[in-house]
Amino acid sequence: MSRKTLTRRQFVAATAMSSAALITAPYVRGAYAAGKLSIGFWDHWVPGANKASTDLVNEWAAKEKVEVSIDYITSNNKKLELTVAAEAQAKSGHDILQMPTWWPHAYADQLEPVNDIMEPIIKQNGDVNGTVKYLGQAGGKWLAVPATVGSQIKGPCSRIDLMKQHAGIDVQEMYPAGAAPKADNWTMETFLKAAEACQKAGFAFGIGLGETTDSVDTAGAIFQSFGAELVNAKGDVTVKTDAVRQALEFYKKLIAVLPPDAASWDDASNNKWLISGRGALILNPPSAWAVAKRDAPQVAEQCWTHSMPAGPKGRFAPFLPYFWGVWAFGKNKQAAKSLLAHLSQPSSIEKFVAASGGYDLPSFANLTKLKTWAEEGPPKGTLYHYPDPHHSQTMSIAASPAPPKIAQQIYSQATLTKLALRYARGETMEQALAWAEGECEGFMRS
Amino acid sequence: MADVVVEQGRSVRAASPRKRTSLHNALRRKSTVAFFLTLPLILLIALLVLYPAFYSAHLAMLNKSMQKFVGLSNFTFLFKRDTFWMVVRQSCIFAITAVFFKALLGFIVAHFVHNLPAKGQRKWRGMLLVPWVIPPAMSTLAWLWLFDPSYSAFNYTLSFFGIGPIPWLGDTFWARFSVILVNVWYGAPFFMIMYLAALKSVPDQLYEAAAIDGANWWQRIWYVTLPMMRNIIAITTLFSLIVTFANFDIVRILTSGGPLDSTHIFATWAFQVGIQSSDIPLGACVSLFMVPILAVAAIFILRDVSKRGNEA
Repeated sequence: MSRKTLTRRQFVAATAMSSAALITAPYVRGAYAAGKLSIGFWDHWVPGANKASTDLVNEWAAKEKVEVSIDYITSNNKKLELTVAAEAQAKSGHDILQMPTWWPHAYADQLEPVNDIMEPIIKQNGDVNGTVKYLGQAGGKWLAVPATVGSQIKGPCSRIDLMKQHAGIDVQEMYPAGAAPKADNWTMETFLKAAEACQKAGFAFGIGLGETTDSVDTAGAIFQSFGAELVNAKGDVTVKTDAVRQALEFYKKLIAVLPPDAASWDDASNNKWLISGRGALILNPPSAWAVAKRDAPQVAEQCWTHSMPAGPKGRFAPFLPYFWGVWAFGKNKQAAKSLLAHLSQPSSIEKFVAASGGYDLPSFANLTKLKTWAEEGPPKGTLYHYPDPHHSQTMSIAASPAPPKIAQQIYSQATLTKLALRYARGETMEQALAWAEGECEGFMRS
Repeated sequence: MADVVVEQGRSVRAASPRKRTSLHNALRRKSTVAFFLTLPLILLIALLVLYPAFYSAHLAMLNKSMQKFVGLSNFTFLFKRDTFWMVVRQSCIFAITAVFFKALLGFIVAHFVHNLPAKGQRKWRGMLLVPWVIPPAMSTLAWLWLFDPSYSAFNYTLSFFGIGPIPWLGDTFWARFSVILVNVWYGAPFFMIMYLAALKSVPDQLYEAAAIDGANWWQRIWYVTLPMMRNIIAITTLFSLIVTFANFDIVRILTSGGPLDSTHIFATWAFQVGIQSSDIPLGACVSLFMVPILAVAAIFILRDVSKRGNEA
């Protein structure tokens, strides 16, 4: 067999011709020319709410020619947090992963900064509240994009009839649908008196004292309204202050009129308390009301969501934002950012809010008056004040303003609720404070 | 297993030892074959048990942000925490109490089942094993509903007798009682079935001899049954102690460690510290602390078992 050898001249000519052909050939854009993108979203508990996310992602994917895959991951039993931890450890997983509250800070080193998309989003949708900045930024760098899906305020959901009858408070008059609140008298003192009156009438306020987030968020808002911080923004332990003592005294009186088993409540207990008709008020997003609409319509018709009572240092609402994070080790970061910009458009946000029946909250100042909240019912307007359209309260998260990595420990170990419960169960003020001080000192590890 | 392969229809020439290569020799040895047969399992254990064990030891020696090696300082930090010692105490209370009651109940029920007529015994055995075969996360959810703070079926029933309501999960004593109760309910059938197997292997002649000697019911149990079951009791106790110490699901579902951390055990507290508080090295430290406790228990129990084995 003859064997033809390739000369150097022939090789150079062939290479040049092939390169020229490749460059000049018409560019054919395939169906998935912009690559693949895998997304891990929080699995919404409102039936059908995931569909809005899927539709919006598919709409973007078709336009951008990206092949997408979405996993909906439940937050039940911390499965979402486990996924975040596992992917961070393995440095592999989804390109975009939805994360609750503290997790962007916990994995800050492994997240791609998103300043380039956050700046135009804020310009378009209005500024974000202080809690979103506290949780989503580190050293001026945006760690993740605040997600509308899953973000919530855990404000009061009151029974109109029971509050009127037993506490003499007309919540609809205080927080009229479509208008600014007239709630100057809605203070911690009024709240406590109402709690006592309703408990005496057999309809105690359903506030948990357990170790899950609903209990912790309530404690956080109450402590903040008294200006009580266990650790301050500089990271100093500030347990033994008058503000903390004042908050504990208030809590002790409140605990005396809460259900006797509140120490074992989880995040479902307060919902059940309201839906069963046994309570006059709970502190929760409107998910309890939404379930009542289905299971106990007579209860739902009497529910009204409104703002927190004001304490000596202001009116604080527990706000829990979710974030969409882009892993620094992700393979398609540009596509991920493009998708997040799309999901943060006002039109997308409106779809999320509508699909969740008003449960999901955008973090942006210009998007608190969407029609879903005005129209949802019964009773009509029950959710009007849920997103705080008149900016009458400060959005906050328990354990802030401590540095987030310390605050996360205080939050997840329910130090505030435990402190209040210890004092209410008979420990002296100094014993309880000494315990909390010891705990906080233990959270200073770096 | 045959040592030498015999090929059908062909006479296998006995090769002279000199001609055999050492590799060929090794491959034909029973122990080599056994090793290769168990190799997949060894690899699986290495991958799923040894690697995670060494990895968690490595994690436990890193700082919180997992960027620096800090040796044993996470352990020394833990030793200074009151909550940690509370968790150690609670884990011991939980495991020892639960194992004791599981063993006691298992022993009593095994005797009942052993004395049932052979015809109906299988049905009872099957029914009594039900708690053990249901996935614990699922059955614990059912218990959670029974203990529910607001709608407890137990409290509802007790209210007819003018008792309660009992804060099953809201009070330290009752919460500890509840988690131990569920663990005993779940684990007692394992003891029952192991003890039943042991009871069936005790020769009848021993009981006959004891009866002739005039032994009463208690003496038969003390001098015949218990000595004959000692090894099985020791081994089941050890296994159960390990599993109960490492329990997670029951406490996590029923109380999440509350109220006031009074039901936290190693695994639930490790989860709270490691995953929920994003301090994985400290969480690894907490879970590793079980190892020396269980190792000491295992040494004592297994030493006793092998001693009795040698005596036999």
